[in-house]
Amino acid sequence: MSVSFCGLQLAHPVINGSGTFDAIAARTVFGADLQAEFPFAAYVSKTITLEPREGNPPPRLWEAPGGLVNSIGLPNKGLHGYIDQDLPLLAGLTTALDLSASACRGPERRSRPVPLITNVMGSTVDEFSELVEACDAYAQIAAVELNVSCPNVKTGLDIGADPGQLEHLVRSLRALTQKPLIVKLTPNTADPPACAQAAQEGGADAVSLINSLRAMALTPGPSGRPARAWLGGGGGGLSGPAVRAVALAQVAAVAARVTIPVVGMGGVQSARHARDLLDVGATLVAVGTESFRDPAVGGRIARGLHRAPAS
Amino acid sequence: MDFLGAYRVLRVSDPDGPEPEPGQFAMLAAAERWGGGEDERPYLARAFSFARNSGGESHFLLEDVGPGTRRLCELRHGDALWLLGPLGRGFRPPLEGGARAILVGGGVGIAPLAILKDALGDRATALLGFRDGARAQGAALMRDARVATDDGSAGYHGPVTRLLDEELRRDARTVVYACGPAGMLEAVRAMCEERAVPAQLALEAGMACGFGACFGCVVRARDGSYLRVCVDGPVIDAAALERVEEHAGAPA
Repeated sequence: MSVSFCGLQLAHPVINGSGTFDAIAARTVFGADLQAEFPFAAYVSKTITLEPREGNPPPRLWEAPGGLVNSIGLPNKGLHGYIDQDLPLLAGLTTALDLSASACRGPERRSRPVPLITNVMGSTVDEFSELVEACDAYAQIAAVELNVSCPNVKTGLDIGADPGQLEHLVRSLRALTQKPLIVKLTPNTADPPACAQAAQEGGADAVSLINSLRAMALTPGPSGRPARAWLGGGGGGLSGPAVRAVALAQVAAVAARVTIPVVGMGGVQSARHARDLLDVGATLVAVGTESFRDPAVGGRIARGLHRAPAS
Repeated sequence: MDFLGAYRVLRVSDPDGPEPEPGQFAMLAAAERWGGGEDERPYLARAFSFARNSGGESHFLLEDVGPGTRRLCELRHGDALWLLGPLGRGFRPPLEGGARAILVGGGVGIAPLAILKDALGDRATALLGFRDGARAQGAALMRDARVATDDGSAGYHGPVTRLLDEELRRDARTVVYACGPAGMLEAVRAMCEERAVPAQLALEAGMACGFGACFGCVVRARDGSYLRVCVDGPVIDAAALERVEEHAGAPA
């Protein structure tokens, strides 16, 4: 069950999607319960930006059919806040959820470290460079995931939606670190496999997908007026079971195109859904929105995969 | 499930569950058939304050206002419920022993005040406001509550904040605990600020998770930062807020 991913040995193939599981808040709220069996084999931080961000004005959520439209706006403490305050707390995560054969045989369960993957976002190559160089300096950070679903400040286009820009960005960052670079692809583009290939050409060690699908939500206007945008940030991103079939198609298409490992995610609620993504070519599966409904679901999915291995 | 006018009291047997503090909440979802209602919802679990907890049984006050609350209202004796809790920071009791407390509730927001009154006993005066007589039957959740209705069909005819004003004129050496619609909470906050009366407000906001992960349930604090209602609240000192904003966004 143990999985090798970009040189990291993971206890099982289930990790979290960035921004959907707060390991520090979870430790405060659930304490030892969650510590004893951290649900993920690697932990992906929420997106870190150079400067602190408050996030978008509320309302930030809208319940959609079988899913969730969010407009959270990447609130975070900024690079220095993350390094000073969060990194010491995130570096020591361990999991006893070790599904390797030896651990299952033995009466005592081994505790394994949970590698930390830090997700970063900049709006220029220079901003990304500063973030990646900072991460490179910390041994506690096992890998860096690049959130490229941000508009280029000059063109307004998402950096990750344009293969040319994306390849240039990844190539620039590749020179700055030996740590694995994972590119979190945007689904909001005409040709995700072309973007994945561009990331690979630029030197990425892996790609992850899908991010949330661009979406919006309306609320009725006052008496007879047209409906208006509900979310404080204007638009938002759709996630949850509603996007699962889209995710499956995009993960399959990307896995068929690239040779680097793929982290598949989108609407995963069960081991069956995780198995589907592995079957179309993903090396790891990430659980996102479902952890909001049940913070322990990642562990249940990992155990379910273990009980029903690939046929 | 008990009927209480327009409300229902969902009684959940959970003998091994941790005991909640007054003001804490739980995320609830029906274990079966959660989804497929109006607009193919609900999807997310719903947040409810504990209204009472004794002898291994927790009570929650429900009002059928959307696909999630409707499904919960349909639960029958013996049905399974998914519950995550207790969550959040509850009410802080009055500082000096024996200090008086005034509890101000509006509509389904009276729920956390019932468990608080259980804890405070006779030191607490409960003032409860409702839209109409059917909802005013919810006051039966507490003993000795003064009731106000918008339509005058039960108790005082007018906003519950008028009753609070009367009480504070008589004696402002008290702590106010409030839960209800945003408009009522804002009136309570402003009134208490003007008279320098400490107040604690139990807020409501749309939440995806309830435990600090999604950052969806924020309210703006006086210092400009955002507070997460789920982990920084739901009970927040009124002094920490500039004003209580309308948050009609709680998934129902």
